[in-house]
Amino acid sequence: MDKAAIRAPLTASPAGGGARSRGLQGFLLQSPAIMLLLVWSVVPLLMTLWYSLRNYNLVDPTRQGFAGISNYWYLLTDPDFLTSLENTAILVGGVLAISVGLGTLLAVLYNEEFAGRGIARILVISPFFIMPTVAALLWKNLMLHPIYGVYSAMMRAVGLTPIDWLSRYPLATLVMIVAWEWLPFAVLILLTAIQSLDTEQKEAARMDGAGMVAQFINITLPHLSRAITVVIMIETIFLLTVFAEISVTTAGGPGVASTNLAFLIYSRALLQFDVGGASAGGVVAIVVANIVAAFLLRAVARNLET
Amino acid sequence: MATVELRNLRKTYLHEEIIKGISLAITDREFVVFVGPSGCGKSTLLRMIAGLEDISAGDLLIDGQRVNDTDPARRGVAMVFQSYALYPHMNVYRNMEFSLRLAGMPEAERRRRIGDVARILQLDPYLDHRPGQLSGGQRQRVAIGRAIVRNPRVFLFDEPLSNLDAALRGQMRVELASLHRRLGATTIYVTHDQVEAMTMADRIVVLNRGVVEQIGTPLELYHRPRNLFVARFMGSPAMNLLPARIHALTPDGMAQVQAGAVSVSIPTRHGGPEAGTAGTLGIRPEHILIDPQGAITGMVTISERLGAITLLHVRLTDGQMIVVQTGGDNTDRADTPIRLTLGEEHCHLFDADGMALAREADHPLLSDL
Amino acid sequence: MARTRTRLRQGVVTILGWAIALWMFFPILWMFLTGFKNEPDAISTPPHLFFSPTLSSYRDVFAREDYWHFATNSVVISVLATVVALLVSIPAAYAMAFLPGPRTRMTLLWMLSTRMLPPVGVLVPIYLLARATGLLDSRTGLIVIYMLTNLPITVWMLYTFFREVPVPILEAGRMDGATRWQEVTQVLMPLALPGIASTGLLSLILCWNETFWSLNLTSSIAAPLTTFIASFSSPEGLFFAKLSAASTLAVAPIMVFGWASQKQLVRGLTFGAVK
Repeated sequence: MDKAAIRAPLTASPAGGGARSRGLQGFLLQSPAIMLLLVWSVVPLLMTLWYSLRNYNLVDPTRQGFAGISNYWYLLTDPDFLTSLENTAILVGGVLAISVGLGTLLAVLYNEEFAGRGIARILVISPFFIMPTVAALLWKNLMLHPIYGVYSAMMRAVGLTPIDWLSRYPLATLVMIVAWEWLPFAVLILLTAIQSLDTEQKEAARMDGAGMVAQFINITLPHLSRAITVVIMIETIFLLTVFAEISVTTAGGPGVASTNLAFLIYSRALLQFDVGGASAGGVVAIVVANIVAAFLLRAVARNLET
Repeated sequence: MATVELRNLRKTYLHEEIIKGISLAITDREFVVFVGPSGCGKSTLLRMIAGLEDISAGDLLIDGQRVNDTDPARRGVAMVFQSYALYPHMNVYRNMEFSLRLAGMPEAERRRRIGDVARILQLDPYLDHRPGQLSGGQRQRVAIGRAIVRNPRVFLFDEPLSNLDAALRGQMRVELASLHRRLGATTIYVTHDQVEAMTMADRIVVLNRGVVEQIGTPLELYHRPRNLFVARFMGSPAMNLLPARIHALTPDGMAQVQAGAVSVSIPTRHGGPEAGTAGTLGIRPEHILIDPQGAITGMVTISERLGAITLLHVRLTDGQMIVVQTGGDNTDRADTPIRLTLGEEHCHLFDADGMALAREADHPLLSDL
Repeated sequence: MARTRTRLRQGVVTILGWAIALWMFFPILWMFLTGFKNEPDAISTPPHLFFSPTLSSYRDVFAREDYWHFATNSVVISVLATVVALLVSIPAAYAMAFLPGPRTRMTLLWMLSTRMLPPVGVLVPIYLLARATGLLDSRTGLIVIYMLTNLPITVWMLYTFFREVPVPILEAGRMDGATRWQEVTQVLMPLALPGIASTGLLSLILCWNETFWSLNLTSSIAAPLTTFIASFSSPEGLFFAKLSAASTLAVAPIMVFGWASQKQLVRGLTFGAVK
């Protein structure tokens, strides 16, 4: 084998080479992507770890040096931290529930034939193309503004007193705004999945006497499970790091009522100039993300295998 | 002009040996068919010859030259894939031109060659069609044309007809055979369909679990199966196989065989079995005769009338099932009794290890071998 | 009986389908309309459904900020980040799909897991690194970061698309004498073009709308439209017409692009999860 490899022409197409050369080639082709991501994920992580163990405040350069775990201690005992974790969970969970639940129903609806369906579909998915800042400004000012907002005008028109949604129910309103951005994504994917559903399966179920609801539960929903996994995975990636919407609408307030982990760290780092504390928060955020990722990736791996 | 020689070829995949040492010499212009059940390694072996799979051990020689580590494209082989594997984004002309273009052949030469091949395969009207616009049979022709234009030393076919319907398959079988006669190129053809193997091959290689069970001409395999596996695999309807015991051997070479209620004496050549050993009695459906005086009795359970012939499925009195092939004018119905005789000189006898015992009977074309 | 029920159902579906579609789209439509109002019209209560359209808000927006500067940045950064991401991920996805090793699956999942790291967790070091290398407020800096954040997604998507390409076609190319390079460029890429296109589309949209890094790492020179719109958020938040005009300008290009390529995009977004 080895001797043969030496005798083989150097110009040989790699395809004909031995298993070892195939493996090497595969590695070489992947290595740019792997190296980039390795550097991208490891270097900042190590730096964050390093800063998190130091006293480092941009406003007060005199206090330097090793801080031990005091940054972590300070953060973990801060009641704001727990609130922000809770808010993160509510934000991610709430938006996922709305986009998957409503998304499935809408996917079924937009799979039905009706006049102007193509245009209706495009209108429904349009919010996906809106950048987070614009979405937040749009809802905060044009829609939900207690005096000038369209929704307030509608409430007045039916005799109700307009509500200042963002200060009365900051987190719930944020969930609504973010869900408006991400629901279209879920509809897009689930609709495509439904379209690929074998009609023979549904017809067989009808022959077996399954009604609309039974068909949905027994045929459509299982068929969508892979697509739902993908929706959950992708949306979680983005929802864990929701930032612009909070920054534009409530700035985390009132108090910390709508501060999620990402915004908490941000406010520490850039508003209080506490690099050490922010880095400790960053490490915690990374740990949280990894816990979530471990669960998600397991589900994805299982679901995309077959 | 090309010979292909396999010397103890082996393929190991993830610690499992799937080709277990195959040796074979294919002469120039020969049409060799690899046949066997799925998973027997026939496609792997073909892909090793093509250069698409690495050879773990052994030597592969084309025209006497070792090509184990040569690129597929430099081995002088062309392959027709089961799925045709046409380039869907190129039209028929471009599909056939691709390899010539990569080889740097001048434009005029390319056009001339493709024109010739298109004429042979009646593809002229479709040269600017994309594969998606063609029927199954036409795509098949393009795949063959793509192989021919390269003017390869060896043609490799990987189950090329399995995606066609029955009528087209029969037609393409004839076309391929006549194409082979016309081009005279060495051809290796993989199939699981023993009808294709029987009708097209100069020689058939029967593979099973990575080893060669038997190599021979179609008639050899049919009439002189080396073992039970080949006997079972070649021929449709399949050979009837009954567990048997050899009672006695007469001095003139007649073996007294008892298989359930069936008792026959089979002529064997010298070096036959020993009396008292167990074995298997084999008889092809067309060698069982319906005979009102026959010693074997049973009930017809199903009769399959194929028109030209009739297949009777008979339950013998001892409960064994056998298939009898008879003429299309047969009148036996299901659930009626029947009496049969075995053509004793056509019986096959296998020993306890499943190896065939040499026999007297033969096909006339085989006698001079 | 059955017929009337079908017709009733048809009616309900049509009304529901359109009602939800209009409700989802209403904020965008309202934003678009408000951009053509003057300020008093924009904040009148109750809102005016009919008004005399004016371009004055757009004129104000163009007078205040150099829209084209931001828009050019958005286009250049999104396109280049996408192109580089594709160039890096096509060979990787090819190797994973067609030369898989025992660690391929793990590598893919690991890549995806890097996408789950919250950017805010590494904001400080990235900020300091960018400052140290002079990439702060530079197009190159954002291009590099966008490319890196999108890489896991593009690799994964391309991998699922490549896996749908029938292997025998690539093998036929190899038999026909194609080198690895020719196999990828002349056989695989034309075959997987729809998949590559939709991967690029998604990457473009994600880059265009990325807000965190652009707000934190750019201020003027390299600032894309996300920064442009942020500058309208607080002090002039109550100038609804101007805000709407600016917002419309920020989202219009990518929205029109998204509508036009919707079919292509849908194919890609399914990540091979939909068969």
